[in-house]
Amino acid sequence: MIDPRLVLVLSAVLFSLGVVGVLTRRGAISILMCVELMLNAGNLAFITFARIAGGPEAQIYVFFVMTLAAAEAAAGLAIVIALFRLRGTTDVDEINLLKW
Amino acid sequence: MELIAFFVLALLLVASALVVITNRNPVTCAVALAFNLVAIAGVYMVLDAQFIGLLQVIVYAGAIMVLILFVIMLLNLREEEKPHPAGTFQRVLAPAASLLFAVVIGRALFLSAPSSFPEKADGFGTAASIGNELFMRFYYPFEAISLLLVVAMIGAVLLAKRDVS
Repeated sequence: MIDPRLVLVLSAVLFSLGVVGVLTRRGAISILMCVELMLNAGNLAFITFARIAGGPEAQIYVFFVMTLAAAEAAAGLAIVIALFRLRGTTDVDEINLLKW
Repeated sequence: MELIAFFVLALLLVASALVVITNRNPVTCAVALAFNLVAIAGVYMVLDAQFIGLLQVIVYAGAIMVLILFVIMLLNLREEEKPHPAGTFQRVLAPAASLLFAVVIGRALFLSAPSSFPEKADGFGTAASIGNELFMRFYYPFEAISLLLVVAMIGAVLLAKRDVS
């Protein structure tokens, strides 16, 4: 049988890989994909805790997080399309209108 | 058997995540991410969460990845010309800080969990048990999240509309 601690460490590693991606990528869509990676790492931890606790609650939280991820992807990609139309690029280093 | 499946899936997960964060071609990244999501669904199956695993394949690897690939191809994104500049500062510091983060979080999670799973209850993770709970105890959160989806949909349409006057 699997050690739950191994699964939790795997989720921490995946989350950190997502953080590296968000910090080092420059395409807006690549950054969104790395955020999806982080959300999935969180979901993996939730599923592990659901198996430890034995109840359905944590799995329902995962269901909500997945819905949230779908909403986030739709709104985020719409913003990327609007930005591309306005500036002709999705490079986040070029988009600094709101930068102080 | 489960242990072997888990280790193979964990290896695939880390490898595809590395491809997602290092490859400069957005389409390759998206395909690697889809692979990653399906592998996570495999881990869910190993952890007895069949229903969530199936949702993961349908919603994540299906709907969300198609949306992302669609936008990549709509905008006709090429490879990022140059690697992230921002000096070596960011390129060295970001992985170092994230490694530290992984150690801290990983250790906290490692210490918080028992060393073996308990026996699973009858009907754990099936669509029947989750659906029952969702429409009884979690009815209001369920309605709230459906409202959120509608708002996100309207927002996406408004944002991506051509002439914003």
